[in-house]
Amino acid sequence: MAREHFQNLLRGLEQELVGMGEMVIAAIDRSVQALKKVDKAEAERIIVDDARINKRRWDIENQCILLFATQQPVAGDLREIVSFMDLITNLERMADHAKGIAKIVVMHDQTPLLKPLIDIPRMADKACEMIRKSLTAFITQDVAAARAIIDMDNEVDALYEQIFRELLTYMMEDPKTITRAVYLIWVSHNLERIADRVTNICERIIFMVTGEIIGN
Amino acid sequence: MKEISIETRQLNLFYDDFQALIAIDLQIPVRQITALIGPSGCGKSTLLRVFNRMNDLIDGVRVTGQVIIDAENIFAPGMDLLALREKVGMVFQRPNPFPLSVYENIVFGLAVHGLARRSEYPAIVERALRDVLLWDDLKDRLHHSALKLSLEQQQRLCIARVLPLKPKILLMDEPCSALDPIATLHIEDLMQKLKQEYTIVIVTHNMHQAARASDRTGFLYLGKLIEFDETAKIFTQPAQALTENYISGRFG
Repeated sequence: MAREHFQNLLRGLEQELVGMGEMVIAAIDRSVQALKKVDKAEAERIIVDDARINKRRWDIENQCILLFATQQPVAGDLREIVSFMDLITNLERMADHAKGIAKIVVMHDQTPLLKPLIDIPRMADKACEMIRKSLTAFITQDVAAARAIIDMDNEVDALYEQIFRELLTYMMEDPKTITRAVYLIWVSHNLERIADRVTNICERIIFMVTGEIIGN
Repeated sequence: MKEISIETRQLNLFYDDFQALIAIDLQIPVRQITALIGPSGCGKSTLLRVFNRMNDLIDGVRVTGQVIIDAENIFAPGMDLLALREKVGMVFQRPNPFPLSVYENIVFGLAVHGLARRSEYPAIVERALRDVLLWDDLKDRLHHSALKLSLEQQQRLCIARVLPLKPKILLMDEPCSALDPIATLHIEDLMQKLKQEYTIVIVTHNMHQAARASDRTGFLYLGKLIEFDETAKIFTQPAQALTENYISGRFG
């Protein structure tokens, strides 16, 4: 195949993207674990570590810019590199949501959580699964998988609504729970936004492979 | 910076009264691809030809300054030109195989330089053709005329022809300008393989090729080296406005 050098650069970039995805998944997982234990020290570390993810994003972006400047990508290659830039932006914002959860842990006073966490970890697991699958679909250019992952977002939305309704009940029953309930709503909102961003990635995969722009 | 393969110090070159190269200071690293770009007449081909003293053949050429290759100023009196050209091979714009067979093209240099025994020729020919990815295509046509090959194959053969002399440096003067776009990309891939063993200096009027295929780029304008840096830097954040104007197509 011609342009072996360029193809190698693209494959290297894919590996870096997957590495960034793993960092984001770890941040989400750690933030929910920190919430479970109201572990403020760990939450502070997550906030600091976010800078590493930001740096990875800029590193990958620089490499994309370099490919535009030196390799004159067209057609599928062009769409792939444009997609890289979009994916890293979405991944970086997901990490910001994980940082948002960590900030909520830091704000949380020493009283225990309002209730044991059941659906929030479930949402987080689902969101992380969506991220992993979406990155695999990106690498394998699997449009069918991308469409299936978009559908998974409905499950996350359903969990979000369920959590919201449940916490609303707590607040109506006892106004003293409002602060802690709102914190948990914020957490679940962050997770819901993460899943939304995975759907952005999936739409981008479809664009990359087919050139078709979907999403509204 | 990596080990240096070629260094020029205050290099000036005159064609009679016309100064084609002006005070060039340049360090070309080993086992990398260095591209020289610039508009027609900027001196890039002249500079390339300096590196194995091809300009000596032109009347009225005068050189001052130094060109250091292997700790030796190649313009010093008593320089062995045959040894220099053994060390610094050249590939030209148009493929120029000798009107001989594929096999004879490759052993020609060995015979001239008396570098190997005849019994070693077959292995050397195979190695050279493998290095340029021609062996599988040509192994059954070794004794056919080289002029019957496609242009891309001819250019690969011209590269292969240089390799048995075990050069350290390959100079390429617009090596793809006679080739179609796909053949061009194939030669660029080949350059990426060859740079593991050789220092490559390429002159190209195609700045996209410099961007794609080189590690370092030098931009020349009116005989001066305006900027010399990593290709990544030149094509994303050149230091000189003149470089930026040229690579973005605003002049030249």
